Amino acid sequence: MAKLDDIQRRLLLEVADLHEIPEGAYNIRSNSESAGRRSTENIEIISKTDVSGLEVRIKPGTKNESVHIPVVMTRSGLKEVVYNDFFIGEDSDVLIVAGCGIDNCGNQDSEHDGIHRFYVGRGAHVRYVEKHYGSGEGKGKRILNPGTEVYMEENSSMEMEMVQIKGVVDTERVTKAELGEGAKLVVRERLMTHGDQRAVSRYDVSLNGRGSSADVVSRSVAKDDSFQKFDAKILGNTECYGHTECDSIIMDRGRILAVPGLEANSVDASLVHEAAIGKIAGEQIIKLMTLGLSEQEAEEQIINGFLR
Amino acid sequence: MLELKNISFEVSADSENREILKNVSLRIDDRKLVVITGPNGGGKSTLAKLIMGIEKPTSGKVIFNGTDITELSVTERAKLGIGFAFQQPVKFKGIRVSDLLRIASGKKISTAIACDYLSSVGLCAADYIDREINSSLSGGELKRIEIATVLARGSSLSVFDEPEAGIDLWSFQNLIEVFQNLRTNIQNSSIIIISHQERIMNISDDILVIKDGSVDLYGPREEILPQLTGTRYAVKGCIKSL
Repeated sequence: MAKLDDIQRRLLLEVADLHEIPEGAYNIRSNSESAGRRSTENIEIISKTDVSGLEVRIKPGTKNESVHIPVVMTRSGLKEVVYNDFFIGEDSDVLIVAGCGIDNCGNQDSEHDGIHRFYVGRGAHVRYVEKHYGSGEGKGKRILNPGTEVYMEENSSMEMEMVQIKGVVDTERVTKAELGEGAKLVVRERLMTHGDQRAVSRYDVSLNGRGSSADVVSRSVAKDDSFQKFDAKILGNTECYGHTECDSIIMDRGRILAVPGLEANSVDASLVHEAAIGKIAGEQIIKLMTLGLSEQEAEEQIINGFLR
Repeated sequence: MLELKNISFEVSADSENREILKNVSLRIDDRKLVVITGPNGGGKSTLAKLIMGIEKPTSGKVIFNGTDITELSVTERAKLGIGFAFQQPVKFKGIRVSDLLRIASGKKISTAIACDYLSSVGLCAADYIDREINSSLSGGELKRIEIATVLARGSSLSVFDEPEAGIDLWSFQNLIEVFQNLRTNIQNSSIIIISHQERIMNISDDILVIKDGSVDLYGPREEILPQLTGTRYAVKGCIKSL
């Protein structure tokens, strides 16, 4: 990773836990250019020719392999839209790690909009981890608008872990999924906003195949004057099970809007929505204070645990 | 040494002031195990909370080892060496048993040491160390973890608010051993236990009976316990030893 400077390396560590070049297939995108790429025997990464982005093709039966496609941006004023498509072969079992880190110390807005499409083959299992991180003292905003589309074939499964803990000023995340027979989608979203940040997260999950299921859980913390909107919609079009949950802590003058959306279009659809928003329970703070933590340290521990 | 001087505590409810504690004065010397008993609603838990600083008295002073701690926060009192086991253990989301034991001990502790604390409250450590302290744990499990955090804290004055409640499957004898070990392991430590259990009173040095917000009786076990036996302030344990 000779092309990366210290800030870029730090961002890479934040979004992909990468200290060095990862094992397996990878593509590192830095300031709109590729800073390194490797395909493997079973995983091929190629550049798109019509638009900016990648095609990642995973052969059927590929097991226990990983793909890392982190993005780092350190140039102020950079705006990009990237389209990445993943074709995950039947019966494969892979880990895909994406994520974007923006450091903006300038006065112009920096924006990365990553549109990811997943075509998950029959019986395949994917674990997808996406982390977003922003840093830099400049007045320019750090904006991320990820779009994710998931198309799941029969008996496939996907676990998505979406994390945005720090520094992204404005984000609008849209996730759409269509599930076939017996397909299973699990989403775990963790979000923290502070300052005057704004984050919107929208889900639109269609359970089209018999026996399909989706479990979408968001845990979030809104501090200072920040605002979050969690808008999760699940459509049950057949015999299926869907669950969405928004569990949030508000602090200071933070605001959270949770919008439940359940649409049952079949008498055999079973859909559940749960939402809980509130401040940190006083007794939790007191318990940790009896163990010697200050009020502020107690709050930090509670939030760290909550967003773990 | 802990001293309470003329402690009163009032709450307002329905625009009326109700006196929960009335001019309570007492002293608990080092190396003493004191059981506080008395009727429900008599002010026992409030007294315990006033010692930890969770509640502040309406009037009076709390003196700990010669220092007036009446105005000190819970954190400051914890740092001076006061520990507290809640009657209703607090649940969290995402905080694990190992996290709470680490916070309690105030330093990084090895898994082996954390497991020792759990074993001493009768929990199979390997099953619990990574569990979240949430509703997935039973009341009895939460209660034992609560006691383990106080052991890990190693305070010179530990206050237990009805520690036996909910410990249904655990040998009562083990709970008693926990208090005895705590006494021997921490030099000059004193322990306050709120309890109605005669078996816990049997290991105490002194017994304090709080009734209607006042000290009803306070003195050596040998003197007080005979007056309580057979009343509902000193019930025989009906928990079987396993």
